[in-house]
Amino acid sequence: MVHPIENFNADFANNPVVEEHETDILIIGGGMAACGAAFEVGKWAKGKYKVTLVDKAALDRSGAVAQGLSAINTYLGDNTPEDYVKMVANDLMGITRDDLVYDVGRHVDDTVMNFEEWGLPVWKQPGDEDKTLRQGGKPVRSGKWQIMIHGESYKNIVAEAAKTALGTENIIERCFVVKLLLDANEENRIAGAVGFSVRENKIYIFKAKAILCVAGGAVNIFRPRSTGEGMGRTWYAVWNAGSTYSMLSQVGAELTTMENRFVPARFKDGYGPVGAWFLLFKSKAINGLGEDYSAKNKALLEEYPPYGLAAVPATCLRNHQMLKEMKEGRGPIFMDTPTGMKNLMKDMDKKQIKHLESEAWEDFLDMTIGQANFWAGMNIRPEETMSELMPTEPYFLGSHAGACGAWVSGPSDLAPADWQWGYNRMTTVKGLFTAGDGVGASGHKFSSGSFTEGRIAAKNMVRFVRDNEAQKPTLAQTGEELAKEIYKPFQNYLDHKDYSTDTLTNPHYIKPKMMMFRLNKLMDEYVAGTSTYYTTSEKLMDQGLHLLTMLKEDSDKMAAKDLHELLRAWENYHRIWMAEIHLRHVYFRKETRYPGFYYRSDYPKLDEVNWKVFVNSRYNPKTKEWEMKKIPHQDLVPKG
Amino acid sequence: MPTFVIDSKCDGCKGQDKTACMYICPNDLMYLDKDRMKALNQETEQCWECYSCVKICPQQAIEARPYADFVPMGGTSIPIRSSDSIMWTIKFRDGQTKRFKFPIRTTPEGSIKPYEGKPDPADAEMDSQLLFTEIGTQIATFKK
Ligand SMILES: Cc1cc2nc3c(=O)[nH]c(=O)nc-3n(C[C@H](O)[C@H](O)[C@H](O)COP(=O)(O)OP(=O)(O)OC[C@H]3O[C@@H](n4cnc5c(N)ncnc54)[C@H](O)[C@@H]3O)c2cc1C
Ligand code: SF4
Ligand code: SF4
Repeated sequence: MVHPIENFNADFANNPVVEEHETDILIIGGGMAACGAAFEVGKWAKGKYKVTLVDKAALDRSGAVAQGLSAINTYLGDNTPEDYVKMVANDLMGITRDDLVYDVGRHVDDTVMNFEEWGLPVWKQPGDEDKTLRQGGKPVRSGKWQIMIHGESYKNIVAEAAKTALGTENIIERCFVVKLLLDANEENRIAGAVGFSVRENKIYIFKAKAILCVAGGAVNIFRPRSTGEGMGRTWYAVWNAGSTYSMLSQVGAELTTMENRFVPARFKDGYGPVGAWFLLFKSKAINGLGEDYSAKNKALLEEYPPYGLAAVPATCLRNHQMLKEMKEGRGPIFMDTPTGMKNLMKDMDKKQIKHLESEAWEDFLDMTIGQANFWAGMNIRPEETMSELMPTEPYFLGSHAGACGAWVSGPSDLAPADWQWGYNRMTTVKGLFTAGDGVGASGHKFSSGSFTEGRIAAKNMVRFVRDNEAQKPTLAQTGEELAKEIYKPFQNYLDHKDYSTDTLTNPHYIKPKMMMFRLNKLMDEYVAGTSTYYTTSEKLMDQGLHLLTMLKEDSDKMAAKDLHELLRAWENYHRIWMAEIHLRHVYFRKETRYPGFYYRSDYPKLDEVNWKVFVNSRYNPKTKEWEMKKIPHQDLVPKG
Repeated sequence: MPTFVIDSKCDGCKGQDKTACMYICPNDLMYLDKDRMKALNQETEQCWECYSCVKICPQQAIEARPYADFVPMGGTSIPIRSSDSIMWTIKFRDGQTKRFKFPIRTTPEGSIKPYEGKPDPADAEMDSQLLFTEIGTQIATFKK
């Protein structure tokens, strides 16, 4: 049988309907940050301003929380925002924005209390089961900052609140936003965005005074470790294609810390979470010889004061220890779950043991079901059998244990003068805001902090619109021009598809899938992917950029046979841009700031004297040139 | 493990223009073959195994078969999700099964009233650092 998918054609795609929407505030994305913005915005806009939200998927399950989560990783409780700032700074090797991190810390608990009131089940300490967090109920912690939840429906609950607050008539789902549009009359001011429907023959053009670009992190930039079916089992959400960073950068927003990537050490292949195994189930990671390699490699941490010496050393340095074992042939690395569980079970009755087992499985079933499938297929019962660990392929995110994103204005009461320009979380482009994975140099926000940051941005967007009421956004391009540009991959397909007998292989175009493979291979081999043990150098990157330049030229020849492939083509345009930003940042930073995430073989050392600075980049949309610069770091909360 | 659709169970969501699985997949993978009125996963190697489609299908026609390139065959995780809990059946390769049930929500679906009992903030609060649920509280700032 011919696979039915191959029968489609792009003929319908001529003359799309062009739908124009005028709005005051546009929210791009429907994930945690977007839902936070949708929740907050109405209370300040008070019906005076129109707000529109667009998501490439359906809010109920879009973004990184689609499967649910088993923990909320940022809840301060009895900790102070100062402690939070210190932890985040240490984990990200010293280079974070204390003003932004503190700001999340001082608001985040209120957000989590709202989640619970909407219906999210939060685990409580014995005796406190009937008390909410707001009533002083004590949560079960799996770490100093994390609290456990029954989170399968986390996203459904948050989406329901967001949809109710904003009104479903103001939400457009299945619209992939392709790019932001600058104002035709004023330099460096945002005026709109353009996208296409993934379901109908339709282009959407939005005009807005303020825009929140919160389209998540970036996955599928690097070749994944699994290259068959399993390549969909990335750790971070496979559908977030770097849209946030690319779209912001293309209109000239300054980005920061884009050299930082996140390489989580997770259960091998299934990429299930390990946090609860270390913290809640008290398990240790060991090498193939049974040695506690992190104790054995303590000296490696001591080479990186103060980041390696904290009670919890920086995440990248823990990878650094694991990679040493792997490189020197002392794998496989295992999580010793049986010993951890046996120790816990010692003083437990049957019922408690059953409960512990159930908690262990829930950790996967609430957020990485693929790992549960892996255990089932492997006959792994954690109380009996150990599981392998491995660092994944690199991802980009600003909300988890990573820090890439936009350089934004800080809160006026915390940020020094040069880190604020009027509106909290506004990028360096007037009227353009971001949050969650989009804000750089302030990781460890996680789901709750991303939602909170969306709220902060929303309030400030309303302030911005209030102060710019007379502004009339004007676009430089017509709807027809934009439609033509977006549908180019259809045109490429139609123009050439009959040349060969197989629509997949054709010398005149390249299919989005192959384009992605080409990018993945290039990034892997030249820009510190898994195949070089995350190592690169100036020479490798010179060649990488050379190849990337040709890849960019060829990307003009991507061909799409249907809307699904058009989606993949445009995701690739975002990925390619993301790849280039990352390469340029890694190239510029002449040191190894994040050993365990990546290594510069030509500058293998951490250089606190010259490089304890932010690296910022700006693409100039007028001249099409890149500017790279160092920005001095400031400790606003004393460390140490 | 990417999802697959059991032929005999899928009814194409009874010919509605939006099927439940197409509606929900965050990665636009589920596709309705209109000739047969059956759904399928059109790009199995981009499936996150997030189970959004599995959980939403009204016919329970969607299951997942663990990723063939690294999981030995025979294991499955199958959920039944109701409005307040989810029940999982884990079947191991060696045939043993385990069942787990977890709560998912403490309120009825559709009952969230995010603004109920939350007064509108005064316009004067616009330029403060407070979010609307925090009005009347003291904002924390750096300890000097
Ligand atoms: C496996 C995993 C485990 C995690 N564990 C935890 C945990 O235990 N605890 C915790 O608190 N946090 C955890 N997180 C982190 C948390 O999920 C993120 O911090 C949070 O979701 C980031 O929010 P965001 O809004 O920036 O992005 P997302 O929530 O990913 O939202 C991005 C949105 O943008 C949309 N979009 C993307 N591109 C476009 C486009 N071009 N046009 C239109 N829309 C677009 C997407 O559909 C989606 O709606 C985990 C994440 C993952 C993936
Ligand atoms: S949701 Fe289920 S019944 Fe409906 S089309 Fe998809 S697989 Fe078929
Ligand atoms: S499991 Fe998730 S990613 Fe895979 S097809 Fe279903 S909804 Fe899409």
